[in-house]
Amino acid sequence: MWHDAALVAGKDLRIEARSRVAMNQVAPFAVLVLVLFAFAIDPNRGVLARTAPGLFWIAVLFSALLAVQRSFALEAADGARDGLRMAGLDGAGIFLGKAAAIAAQLLALEVVLGIGVVVLYGSDLHGPFLLALTCVLATAGLAAAGTVYGVVAAGLRVRETLLPLLVLPVVAPVLLAATRATEAILDGRAGWASPWLRILAVFTVIYVAFGVLAFGPLLEEA
Amino acid sequence: MPPVVRFRSAVAVLGRFPALAGVDLDVDPCEIVLVQGPNGAGKTSLLRACAGLLAVTSGTAEVLGQDLRRDRRAVRRQVGLLGHATALYDDLTAEDNVRFAVRAAGASTDGVGPALASLGLDGRLRHVAVGRMSAGQRRRTAIAALVAKRPRLWLLDEPHAGLDADGRDLLDALTREAAADGATVLFASHEADRATTLATRAVHMAGGQVRAGIREPAHVA
Repeated sequence: MWHDAALVAGKDLRIEARSRVAMNQVAPFAVLVLVLFAFAIDPNRGVLARTAPGLFWIAVLFSALLAVQRSFALEAADGARDGLRMAGLDGAGIFLGKAAAIAAQLLALEVVLGIGVVVLYGSDLHGPFLLALTCVLATAGLAAAGTVYGVVAAGLRVRETLLPLLVLPVVAPVLLAATRATEAILDGRAGWASPWLRILAVFTVIYVAFGVLAFGPLLEEA
Repeated sequence: MPPVVRFRSAVAVLGRFPALAGVDLDVDPCEIVLVQGPNGAGKTSLLRACAGLLAVTSGTAEVLGQDLRRDRRAVRRQVGLLGHATALYDDLTAEDNVRFAVRAAGASTDGVGPALASLGLDGRLRHVAVGRMSAGQRRRTAIAALVAKRPRLWLLDEPHAGLDADGRDLLDALTREAAADGATVLFASHEADRATTLATRAVHMAGGQVRAGIREPAHVA
């Protein structure tokens, strides 16, 4: 399973390194979302600083949808999904590999967005370790849930419009917990963050476990 | 030796349509079997069922000793399928694609270089992204992946499509070479002259069934 996961993650990240879709399209999109929120809400930097955690995670969520769609679009082109199935790879390995590749891209994106939040919204960064932990947990949860529903939508003609409808309700707890944890950490109240981090960890474990069990059968039926 | 492919009254459905409507077929080791028939006869479905990509819902379906009704994924590492699509990633080079296919199948990567060279994809082409290649070069890359994977059963669906005359001759030579090395080949083709020359036996499909499986003497290339 781990060998297959490393193989699939390496393949997806190599494709990203060659195509640079995440760097040239997803990252600018995410930064644009931050800028537009800044225009839309209030030029008052105090309001922006208070809403920064929610806006940050909304931008990450939108970007995650693009990353998941891209990840499964790769497999939809020219029979690549059949190639992946014919390779005889373990379903759980494929799931972990694709989720890891998406998570790696999102983590890189979050660094860019973090800088954007500081520059555009005037947020102060407190508790870098806890912030990093929040990002890792939330990103793993988003990537895992996105990968599960990505393969569900992959075989359908309406996959582009269906994916957000499937993913957004499911990741709402991750969005909520990540936002609350980030708010608490940025406010310098690390203790208030721990219950939200526990919730984040629980949902992430559930999504990953479900993906490990369900991805293989879902890929067969896609 | 037991047959490599053994289907008895095998049924497979696509939606509600019976793509295979009770197929009886035996393919022995080292045979090169041509599957003929009109469009919609079930040739592609038969190949996909042998690859474990299409579920057989009733009857018997065994490939390389594995019961496909029990676990259709079990045979995939030992089977190579060249379908209408190339199953390649556009952003990866020819070498990356072949290497990924071989490593995923758990085979040795030592055969990657020779496989690419045998298909004329050595030198500069080896490092070109598949998305920038011509249709024929993409097809050659897909064949190189098949050759490098060294499957025990080759499943070829219109394998000559998109290839130039040299490429077609090369594919035929590689197919015969694989059979001589112990592999078994099942292929569908509408190119009657070339296909019957390559095959050691032909079967005819219609309406999702094998209607005739005449055993003919092997042709000499």
